[in-house]
Amino acid sequence: MGIPKIWVYAEAEGDKPATSTLELLTKAREIGDTVECVYVGVNADALAGALGEHGATKVHAVDGGDVLAGVVGAAALAALIATEQPDLVLFAQSYDGRDALSRLSVKLDRPVLTNGTDLKVDGDSVLIGTAIFGGNTLVDTVFEGEKPFLAAIRPKSFAAEPGGGAAAEVVTAAPGDAGRGAEAKVLERHIEEREGPKLEEATVVVSGGRGIGSAEAYEPLVEELAKLLGGASGASRAIVDAGWVPYSKQVGQTGKTVKPKLYVALGISGATQHLVGMKGSDTILAINKDSEAPIFSVADLGIVGDVHKVVPKLIEALKARG
Amino acid sequence: MNIAVCVKQIPDPATPGELDPESKTLKREGKLILDESDSYGVEMALQLADAAGGGEVTLVSMAPNNEVSGLRTALAMGAAKAILVSDDALVGSDSLSTAKVLAKAIERVGDIDLVLTATESTDGYTGTIPGQVAELLGWPSLTFAKHIEIADGKATIQRQTEAGYDVVEASLPAVVSVTAGVVEPRYPSFKGIMAAKNKPVDEVKVADLGLSADQVGWAGARQTITNIEAAPAREAGEKVEDDGTAHERVVAFLEQLKVI
Repeated sequence: MGIPKIWVYAEAEGDKPATSTLELLTKAREIGDTVECVYVGVNADALAGALGEHGATKVHAVDGGDVLAGVVGAAALAALIATEQPDLVLFAQSYDGRDALSRLSVKLDRPVLTNGTDLKVDGDSVLIGTAIFGGNTLVDTVFEGEKPFLAAIRPKSFAAEPGGGAAAEVVTAAPGDAGRGAEAKVLERHIEEREGPKLEEATVVVSGGRGIGSAEAYEPLVEELAKLLGGASGASRAIVDAGWVPYSKQVGQTGKTVKPKLYVALGISGATQHLVGMKGSDTILAINKDSEAPIFSVADLGIVGDVHKVVPKLIEALKARG
Repeated sequence: MNIAVCVKQIPDPATPGELDPESKTLKREGKLILDESDSYGVEMALQLADAAGGGEVTLVSMAPNNEVSGLRTALAMGAAKAILVSDDALVGSDSLSTAKVLAKAIERVGDIDLVLTATESTDGYTGTIPGQVAELLGWPSLTFAKHIEIADGKATIQRQTEAGYDVVEASLPAVVSVTAGVVEPRYPSFKGIMAAKNKPVDEVKVADLGLSADQVGWAGARQTITNIEAAPAREAGEKVEDDGTAHERVVAFLEQLKVI
């Protein structure tokens, strides 16, 4: 016995569904009888194949023009929910997902559960698991009251696996009335250049924290090591806040969640804010001169030493191997 | 230009958090401090009001036990006044109930052109308050701003995205959520700290805002925590003191993992 109807608020990266969307669909198809998507954008036809393969039978596609996507999404969802009556609507804990979810919760007057890392069904109950205090405590919460239940799930909580479904049917839906919310217009889009693999998808992630000492040290220590290991470079919140590296590199509660095969923490103390974003890595290597740093409590190999001494020698040794 | 900044007063994140076994909520009875995430909104508001050539910055907060220590920090930075909603009926409030309280408090302040918030609090981090407050007020929301400009009755921001950033604009009044790093928060000066002691804090109850007790707190939350348990601990592995050869140990470790 599953949930009769689950909707996933779909997002895209260009002409491909976002990985977080495919993760949600994979889970939804396991616990739901009917799985459908709601998508704001003009390229739903390009996404229909992958969405269907991961479990969606239908995509309600909304053309929101240049209005901020989440605002259109919330208005369209509110109108569609009234007639289609899904039982559960899932969002990724992403920028647009949070915009859509927050406004929808007010339109429907429904509570939201966010930062989910687990989703379970027990009879009529829908349970969202969250990890708090840097991931050391797990809390299960069930929804009470009227459906649909609204939840946001952190990326990387579930694996995305194709299930062999046919392409989803694309159905055009009206954008709905977003009121003054629709005054938020996107004027320009900027894509930041990136070398190497994507942070969330890399098998090796090398991150730097305040212990690297300065913005200038990031390239020769963190980026260089990441490149040599075929990985992506990340950062702790401390050095993002300090303006040393862009926010897109931040790993942690307010940044990205990563689960690489190997996570290398350079000069990162391991505040709970950071641990929550990388604790799911298969293997963790930490280099930090403070032997009491909390990062060592989760590291498979901890080097108590100065990153400015250890890392250059490591880079040299890796280069010597060719 | 009059700006309201939503600020949260939270337990010091440096001390480990604890759940109350009875209420299953975060213990918040000790001294609370200004959430660092909100200091960016306070600073941004002060700079925008300055640039606009006038107007007041008002803090809007909800906290237990009429807690004001965090508010005093933000008042010392330069905010003119604060409104604080503190009521036993608010215990257990979820993000939607909290947003209802904040939106009503903003309306009570009145004559606001811009509301600034953080993207999420450090302790609860639900991350939905900015959108919920905007929807309740019926205003546009510009979220995840890493840069803000105000001109000709419009707010234009650089909005953080997965791939980079978008330039997004909306007319005022509007709600803007700011990311950490949008601006460098100032440290309160001694003069500021002294002045903050006498700045007005409007302390109100839920009923003063025209909300009923069943819309907030546990009654409004419509969710039940069914289980709390310790996560399977990740075992700490080997710890090696660098004697000048630690890089060799790392190379062996990487070989063993077949990363190299």
